[in-house]
Order: sequence, then structure tokens, then C-alpha cells
Amino acid sequence: MKILVCISKSPDTTSKISFTDGNTKFDENGVQYIVNPYDEWYALVRALEIKETSGGQVTIITVGAAADDAVIRKALAIGADEAVRINADPKDAFYTALQIAHYARNNSFDLILTGKETINYNGSQVGGMIAESLDLPYVSIATKLDVNGNVLTLEREIVGGVQVIEVSLPTVVSCAKGMAEQRIPNMRGIMAARTKPLQVVEPTSVDELTKFIGYEIPNAKSTVKMIAPENMEELVRLLHNEAKVI
Amino acid sequence: MILVYINSANGLAKSAFETVTYGKKLGDVVVITNGNNSNETLSTLGEYGASKVLVDRNVDGEDAQQMTKLIAWAAQEIGAHTVIFSHDLIGKSVAARLSVRWNAGLISGAIALPDPDGSIRVNVFSGKAIGKVQVQTSNKIISLLPNSIQPEQTSSSCAVSEVNVNVEAAAIKVISTKKPEGEIPLPEAELVVSAGRGLKGPENWGIIEDLAKSLNAATACSRPVADIGWRPHHEHVGQTGVAIRPNLYIAVGISGAIQHLAGVNGSKVIVVINTDPEAPFFKAADYGVVGDAFEVVPKLTAALEEFKSAQY
Ligand SMILES: Cc1cc2nc3c(=O)[nH]c(=O)nc-3n(C[C@H](O)[C@H](O)[C@H](O)COP(=O)(O)OP(=O)(O)OC[C@H]3O[C@@H](n4cnc5c(N)ncnc54)[C@H](O)[C@@H]3O)c2cc1C
Ligand SMILES: Nc1ncnc2c1ncn2[C@@H]1O[C@H](COP(=O)(O)O)[C@@H](O)[C@H]1O
Repeated sequence: MKILVCISKSPDTTSKISFTDGNTKFDENGVQYIVNPYDEWYALVRALEIKETSGGQVTIITVGAAADDAVIRKALAIGADEAVRINADPKDAFYTALQIAHYARNNSFDLILTGKETINYNGSQVGGMIAESLDLPYVSIATKLDVNGNVLTLEREIVGGVQVIEVSLPTVVSCAKGMAEQRIPNMRGIMAARTKPLQVVEPTSVDELTKFIGYEIPNAKSTVKMIAPENMEELVRLLHNEAKVI
Repeated sequence: MILVYINSANGLAKSAFETVTYGKKLGDVVVITNGNNSNETLSTLGEYGASKVLVDRNVDGEDAQQMTKLIAWAAQEIGAHTVIFSHDLIGKSVAARLSVRWNAGLISGAIALPDPDGSIRVNVFSGKAIGKVQVQTSNKIISLLPNSIQPEQTSSSCAVSEVNVNVEAAAIKVISTKKPEGEIPLPEAELVVSAGRGLKGPENWGIIEDLAKSLNAATACSRPVADIGWRPHHEHVGQTGVAIRPNLYIAVGISGAIQHLAGVNGSKVIVVINTDPEAPFFKAADYGVVGDAFEVVPKLTAALEEFKSAQY
């Protein structure tokens, strides 16, 4: 079984978010990049578990610049066999997805996994776009994934519940909490990652359909109104008369 | 023409009225939907500005590939230049597919109507910032974050026509569906009561459930609480859990770590109840109570019951 896991970098979850160049560019000063948690904790670890029980190969792919190699090595240290980096700035989800789809089309995979969403742009777009480009089924926000021969059994979130579904390979799945447990890379993994193959592929030409023209930091809350713990009638009154939410 | 897709498996959710209202601000709206709602129910979408509803009752809405074909067909049929989704579980998979099929730019997670320069605001960095996105193609797709605009009733009911589109067989086979009975699904809830490690143990959640019941609110929790198994996983809110934007979020015994805030900072009003006056959550709160949850929460529930009985 050949599995392709899409890995993106994201700023460490405690990073301070600010912008430069007249609020048009994300300020990377002092920002630590990590592997996007959904991609690492769920998609990658589940792919490795499948490989460990039924054999196969796990390839990770990133659309990004050379600076992203550090993040890629981290994912290799957790246990992926090889990595591919499409050497381009991931301009938007469409651009990113079509680059990945192009690579996948020429290197047939049985299963393509993405994270549920990136924690910087939160679009939840890339997986569905890859699936449509390859004309494959797409299961989004799966919380459990089992392979039985050519058939995947999955659990996915639906509005207010969960559903068990089946789909045949090849297919694209986006992965969320529940699918696997985070793994901490060990020293051997980190050493091995240094020599694992990391192939750099030049991008194919893809249109840019959307463009971020600027950013804003939302207004901070005006100061909090404190209410005495013995006076919950006052809180109810404020929620009704002032905030108008009840 | 504006095409609005609504997911209407069982009745119409508030998000349906939001997307139709949003569409109406941009042009003439036709709705495409699937599932088993009656014509009578669907015709009420006219009150929010739809001029017509197209419904395909043979499509069950479980397979994103089928839905994409249905919506692409409708867009062609009415000559739409914009397609609008709600940014829910279906919108997240189908809007992305449609973007590729239609070669149209997708604005994912829109939180407002377009600015004068045509750009649309979206939440980025888990709500810590807002991005302004412009679409470069003449056809556009917008996926609207629930609870971003207020539905507006302006006209009267509209016509409903049944369609039967060839969407081919579904690749996804549903084996079973579990919906917890009687609970309010978290992503749709307008009022949410949430608790964290400050509650000390799962046996203490009764006071949280009582408060939620009194408000008719959904319940949520912080991540460690779901991880240790005190509460079910689907209640976990935050950066790595569900992101919500209810009208009211009451946080009890939650410190307000940045990863937790990332999932709830879109809430209109935040109430924080915590013993520690230095808890970071107070900085993000509208109303704060420094006190012991075990005393404050039952008092709040009692005050609410009192308030409700005085209402009618
Ligand atoms: C990559 C990453 C992702 C994460 N994602 C998430 C996420 O999605 N969601 C999330 O929630 N967390 C997430 N976390 C964890 C987050 O950093 C915090 O550890 C977590 O939110 C803390 O949970 P808590 O507030 O319930 O517990 P604590 O931090 O232990 O806080 C308990 C609070 O209860 C108060 N308290 C104690 N007793 C009482 C009482 N009797 N009455 C009232 N108050 C009381 C205390 O003063 C304290 O403020 C993530 C962390 C990482 C590293
Ligand atoms: N630059 C990228 N390179 C590789 N995979 C990516 C990239 N950006 C996003 N992805 C994948 O697509 C998923 C969804 O991303 P998004 O649509 O941005 O929320 C992520 O969890 C990743 O698995």
C-alpha cells in the first residue's frame, strides 16, 4: 500500500501573530514552525500504523521553500520513508492542491491523507481540491480509519454525530482527532531522518485564483466587567439587558 | 445570478437562512438543495430572498463527489457567477471540489459581506487575525462561517421545483449513523457552557449540565478534559478541536490557554468563571466572576430559573 501524506508547516500554536509591510505580510520574526498538528498527529501517525501492520510505503509531500526542509526532517524522524518537496511558495489552497495532485497523478498512490485544516489559514480546502483534480472520492474530517484489502472503513463527523462509512481505494481522506495518538520522535528516528531521501521537484504551472491583500488583528475586548460571585442575578440581568444574548 | 447551496437533511438550519440572506445582498438568489424536506418547508427560503428553490431528492448528500456534480449542474443551469455555501462539514468538502471543477476562486470561511474593493474577510490564524481575500476569477465561491451575519426576512415564500440530475453512483457507502439523542450539536449552538480541569472530575459535571439545560445551551470542554476521558471527544473546543462562534460562551474552570481561545474567540459574548483572578481567560472575557465554580454555577442556574419564570 502506497500512502501519500500532505504535510504543511504552521507557526507554533503559542506564536504571537503580527504582520509587516503595511499589514500585507505575516511577520515571521521569532516564529517557530512546527508540523501542522493535524498532519503530524493524525494523518502521518495513522499512515505509519497502517504500514506497520500491513506493509507498504509512506511518502510525505510539502509545497514549500527550502526553509521548510527542517519541518520535513521532523516528519521523517517520526517515521515516514521518504519526502517530496515541491519547490514553490504555497500561494493559496488551489495552487498547493494542484501541485500535489500533479505529483500524485504521476506516482500513483492508494491513499492520500491530509490534515483536517492548517492552523494558519484554516481553510479545510486542500484535500477536497486534490480529490477533485484526481477525480477520487473524498472523506473529510475522518476520526477513525481502517483498511480491509481494497476497502477503507472510516468514521467521520457529521453535524451533531458520527457516521461509519466505507469507500474503495484509491481515495483522499482528511484526518482529525481520534484517528491516532501523537508520537514523539526518538533519537534513532532523528538520526535516520538525516539520510532519508528528500526529493525536490520543480512546480508545474498553476493559476492563482485567490489573493490575500491584507490582514488585520481583531480589536481586543474592551475591559472585562467583573461581577461579585454572590450576585448572579446581576450577571443574568447584564446578559439580558446589556449583552442581549439571553 | 447567485446560487446558494443549502444542506437541508432534516428541516432548515439557521445557517440556511444566513447563506440565503448573504446571497440576496449580492444579487438574485436561486437555492439548490437535496434531501427530503417538503416543498412547503423549502418554499420558506423565499422569505429570506430566494427567488426559486431547486431540489434533487435522489441525492442523499453523503458523497462530496455527487454533491459537486449536482451543484455544478445547477450553476450552469441558472448561469450563476457566484456560489455560496455554509462553511460547515459539507461546505468544507464540496466547496473545495467545486473550486477545481469550475476553476473558480474559493473564499473559505468568510465572516462578512464583500468590502468596497471586492475583497472578503476571513478568519485566519485560528481567529487571531483576519485576512482580506480577493478572487481573481470571474466566477466565485464563498463559504460563509456560521453565525457571521443575521438572517433577514424580507419577502414571501417562493416556488420549489424538483430536479433529477445525473450525478452517477455514490462512492461512499454509509454503514451507520449515530446522533446523540436530545443534545444540541455544538457547531450550531448559539449558547455554550464549557468547563475545564477546574471541575476536578467527571462526577462534578452535573452543575454544568444543569446550567446548560437552564439556558438550553450545548456543553463543551477544554482539551485535557477530553483527553483524560472526563468528557466525550466531540465536546473538545479549541485549536485542535471544534471551533465555535456562539452568541454566548460561558467558560467554567478553564484557564484560557491560547490554544483554547483560538477555538472560541469568535464568540460574541464570553463569561469566565474562575477561582484565579490572574487566569488569562479574563483578558478575553466580557464578564468575569472570580469564584469557586461549585458555588457560583448553581447560583447562576438558580438566578436564570428565577429570570425565566419572571419572563412570561
Ligand atoms: C498544540 C497544542 C494544541 C492545543 N489545543 C488545545 C485545544 O484545542 N483546546 C484546549 O482547550 N486546549 C488545547 N491545548 C492545551 C492548552 O494549552 C491548555 O493546556 C488547556 O486548554 C488547559 O485546560 P484547562 O483550562 O481545562 O486546564 P488548566 O489550565 O489546568 O486550568 C484550570 C483552571 O481552572 C481554575 N479552577 C480551579 N479550581 C476551580 C474552581 N473550583 N472553580 C473555578 N475555577 C477553578 C484554575 O484557576 C485554572 O485557571 C493545546 C496545547 C497544545 C500544545
Ligand atoms: N503547503 C502545503 N504542502 C503540503 N500539504 C499542505 C500544504 N498546505 C496544506 N496542506 C495539506 O492540506 C490540509 C488542509 O489545509 P488547508 O486547506 O489549508 O486547511 C493540511 O492539513 C495539509 O495536510
